[in-house]
Amino acid sequence: MREVREVSVRGAITRALDEALGADERVVLLGEDITDPGGGVFGVTKGLSTKYGSDRVRDTPISEQAIVGAAVGAALGGLRPVAELMFMDFLGLALDQLANHAAKLRYMSGGRTPVPMVLRTAVGGGLGVGAQHSQMLEAWLTHVPGLKVVVPSTASDARGLLHACMADDDPCVFIEQVPLLARRGLIDDTPLSLGTADIKRPGADVTVITYGRQVHEALAAAESLAAGGPDVEVLDLRSLSPLDTEAVLESVGRTRRCVVFHEAVVTGGFGAEMAALISEALFGRLLAPVLRVGAVPTPLPYAKSLEALALPGTERLLAAIGHLASYGG
Amino acid sequence: MASLDDESMRSIYRTMVLIAACDDGLRSAISAGTVTLAYYSPRGQEAVAAGFGAALGPDDYLVTTYRGLHDHIAKGVPLRPLLAEMLGRAAGTGKGKGGPMHVVWPDAGLMLTTGVVGSGLPIACGLAWAAQREDRRDATARVALVSFGDGATNIGAFHEACNLAAVWRLPLVLLCQNNRYGEHTAFAHHQRTERVSDRAAAYAMPGLTVDGNDPLAVHAAVTEAADRARAGDGPTLIEAVTYRLYGHVFGDRMAYVPPDELDAAWRQEPVARFRSHLLDTGVLSEDAAHLVEQECAGLVADTLEEVLALPEPDPHELLTDVVASTGG
Repeated sequence: MREVREVSVRGAITRALDEALGADERVVLLGEDITDPGGGVFGVTKGLSTKYGSDRVRDTPISEQAIVGAAVGAALGGLRPVAELMFMDFLGLALDQLANHAAKLRYMSGGRTPVPMVLRTAVGGGLGVGAQHSQMLEAWLTHVPGLKVVVPSTASDARGLLHACMADDDPCVFIEQVPLLARRGLIDDTPLSLGTADIKRPGADVTVITYGRQVHEALAAAESLAAGGPDVEVLDLRSLSPLDTEAVLESVGRTRRCVVFHEAVVTGGFGAEMAALISEALFGRLLAPVLRVGAVPTPLPYAKSLEALALPGTERLLAAIGHLASYGG
Repeated sequence: MASLDDESMRSIYRTMVLIAACDDGLRSAISAGTVTLAYYSPRGQEAVAAGFGAALGPDDYLVTTYRGLHDHIAKGVPLRPLLAEMLGRAAGTGKGKGGPMHVVWPDAGLMLTTGVVGSGLPIACGLAWAAQREDRRDATARVALVSFGDGATNIGAFHEACNLAAVWRLPLVLLCQNNRYGEHTAFAHHQRTERVSDRAAAYAMPGLTVDGNDPLAVHAAVTEAADRARAGDGPTLIEAVTYRLYGHVFGDRMAYVPPDELDAAWRQEPVARFRSHLLDTGVLSEDAAHLVEQECAGLVADTLEEVLALPEPDPHELLTDVVASTGG
């Protein structure tokens, strides 16, 4: 029976962690300030240390390398660790553990030492917290074979995808965009698997490929065009690695026009990978070049007016869609 | 101090001889052009490995580093898959896909060999946490031992791991094989502290320095630290002072090493030293020692010959084991 409830993205993540801790003794949580009363700087793990004990939901020193490294080791030792990296910007401090170890130990051991762990991490873009607490760095991670990279956009997806990550036998990075945490939505108990994109809005003329909080901006842009403008399809990738290549090519093969829309800086971003993939597979079928809309290539500025200019928004997305629509079909 | 019976001491000697024979076999094969690999000889550090290997059980976890052949052998990794991995053969510990810097053998508790200096320390913390979660406080409790060089004690991972291990009272033995050089830089030029073990005080954990060329001293120190860890009393930092007799990597001309220092180090060479000790104390006869040496040399020669004839991995292995769904 499907149970349907409305919760916030934050609540959905907490619920998934709670369910996993309750169902599997091997699941452990570690990170900075994750125990009660705070339950993490954004309250995502609130209540869990009280319910499951501070041995299983464990605070760490401010030691990102040790946090991620300990998660790798705990996974090697048979646990199912879920580590929290307070902000994705701190990835550089832990990247050796993630890219040289978590991602490679299965391969380098011929399958003897898999690393089933999850790294949850927050991104603060749009909150006015400056250049070191705002970066979407997913492209750093999708470049590394062996890592899985997931970005949810709704409460239901957040719960389902986090469960999929925790059940997965490989290292998964689960990206939580802070402005999304309070967004409420219905969740149900339908299980999700990694590598399945979701058409959040069907459309016939242009595909917007996106993920995370930009899904909602894309939906708003699409709705604003509903009366008389191009009919926009919004494809939510949900997981970048594994990637639902089939869904991408099916959608763009149909609409023949595509814009990739993400919060990260455009240069060298995941949109470039999408553009290459689509061009290679659908060159003769496309009516227009694949466009990319993302942040401008600067450190993210602090002043609200500048931050708004740097991050991609519906205005720039609409301009790109308008440009695509100018190519006839 | 735990005293070892004669049989255990003979077993330690055999481990040291096997390590030295294996090292000799590999260096000879590289020199002869029979095999090609970047090889980080552990020659001179046999006593550290044989000492801790005898102090741990097969269930205890080991994390080591790219200069790890001695540790692998001492922890019980079988010679055939070990050498096969070093030569990139399908029968290797990692199907030939990891190489000498990435040997693992979970059946013997060897969970990681890393090619990145210091990176094993945080991972060993996680293994120790998993052991701690098993919630045993008796002789059956599992501990983790992480082996690293003096060079690793200057990297951030060392500090983060020492601190975390102390704060969480992890069942972890931190064993520094101080071979006096970090890559090509002498100990005195890469840190001001005289002893690595002095750093333990900064984490409020016990720290001690032992003669790393004496397997019995290493065995005693590791046994005591492991007992403490099994009892739930947290980590210990052990510094085993030894020497790297063939430099950093095969082909190293060691121009940075004062000749007198190297001569002195060879006079303290641990295999011959322990052999003399066992002969002097009557634990081993000259004939028995000779027999062990012959047996190990023969085993290494035979295994190398056998492994050389084995195939490299099948091309389909290229894409397997990247993630779970790509099989294995």
